[in-house]
Amino acid sequence: MSIRTRYERELQEIFDKLVLMCRHIEVAIEKSVRSLTELDPEIAKEVFDIEELIDRMERDIEQACLKILMMEQPVARDFREVSAVLKMITDLERIGDQARDIAEISMQFGEDRIFKRLVHIPMMSVIVIQMVKDGVSSYINRDVELARSLDKTDDKVDDLFNLVMGELIEFVKKNPDDAEQAVMFIMINKYLERIGDHAVNIGEWVEYAITGSHPKREQGNERYSIQ
Amino acid sequence: MENNIKISLKNIDLWYKDFQALKDVNLNIRSHEVTAFIGPSGCGKSTLLKSLNRMNDLIEGCKITGEFLLDGEDIYGGLDVNMLRKRVGMVFQKPNPFPMSIYDNVAYGPRTHGIKSKSALDEIVEKSLRDAAIWDETKDRLKKSALSLSGGQQQRLCIARALSVEPEVLLMDEPTSALDPISTGKIEDLVTQLKGDYTIVIVTHNMQQATRISDRTAFFLLGEVVEYGATEELFSRPQDQRTENYITGRFG
Repeated sequence: MSIRTRYERELQEIFDKLVLMCRHIEVAIEKSVRSLTELDPEIAKEVFDIEELIDRMERDIEQACLKILMMEQPVARDFREVSAVLKMITDLERIGDQARDIAEISMQFGEDRIFKRLVHIPMMSVIVIQMVKDGVSSYINRDVELARSLDKTDDKVDDLFNLVMGELIEFVKKNPDDAEQAVMFIMINKYLERIGDHAVNIGEWVEYAITGSHPKREQGNERYSIQ
Repeated sequence: MENNIKISLKNIDLWYKDFQALKDVNLNIRSHEVTAFIGPSGCGKSTLLKSLNRMNDLIEGCKITGEFLLDGEDIYGGLDVNMLRKRVGMVFQKPNPFPMSIYDNVAYGPRTHGIKSKSALDEIVEKSLRDAAIWDETKDRLKKSALSLSGGQQQRLCIARALSVEPEVLLMDEPTSALDPISTGKIEDLVTQLKGDYTIVIVTHNMQQATRISDRTAFFLLGEVVEYGATEELFSRPQDQRTENYITGRFG
């Protein structure tokens, strides 16, 4: 097997692990919100297990990338693809942490009923799950348009975030005795909004991997390249 | 013309009999920069390097057309070849010290150019060996044979020999390909120090070396310059697919 073929196989293995990590994250977000809507501590515990698995996968992919950087000393697109994965997995791991945080909060409700039927939070979770999926698949399929679209999708998440915040502020004003529940929802709302931001970061690194330009650096007139 | 251009090459074509080794090469090499030539074997990079101090002149059947300007002067025009080689020095792939003492190796060039005074030669030898970062290793054995030095030391001696005639440009043809990583590191350090005083053009097959030491890189393929630009740019986001394929090892 040629060195190049071995390199491509190693990169393919990283791609496969990245897709698997992404699937676990989708499940973690979905279950974290379900642990909340159903107030089911068993589902929350499943999220904890998945989050530990995500952490292990991050370390595993990180090692594989570092090995490639050391052994192959890649340049050009090869370098960008590997360094983009190193950045993306950090965002993916944080998303896992946030799913866990939501699941932890869901356990604090105990026997208390939620003050209203949740609508916007599950809606946000559906959007952010799709964003994470799109982020990873835009990398695998080298789809720069899909990567760029994440920024626009995140606007919807931000709108929902603001809507939920408005609702919660009104709720606290009218029901100051239930402020504790409102605070927990403020945190959950923020975690979901942050997941959207991480997905946007992923899209930006995908754009860098494909085009060689990182949109944030370009905006600041600061070219992104090896220093 | 930009005033920091040391060598300007326009529409260079070079044939070895029927074989065209360089095709319409256009390049500007800037002063006090390290310019790397990269590309697969037989792509013309060493041929171009040798043309810069007219080392192809003696090759039978070699025909060169186009404009080679050194500080605006035509290299293939009225410029005397010996004077040209004084201004444009060369270091080869394999260290090639003369079979004489370390001192005489370095003093050889200045003597050829008429310097006879012992004190002047002593000064030139010390300065050249210092500039080539080999003075400390040789100062106590200047009368010993240059062939007693290690490969890495011999190469630095050859650089000292090239520097002894105070050239303006230093051409280096794969100067570290026969050296171990420690000697390679010393030569690379030296190249980055020397560019303050000289203009350096280096042919290398080592991509990492090009990224470490050069300011600009030209990628050659089948006698043509496919891409030429800032090294950082060329290795992080090459503009031409052929450059990308070569530097990432997809061909070549």
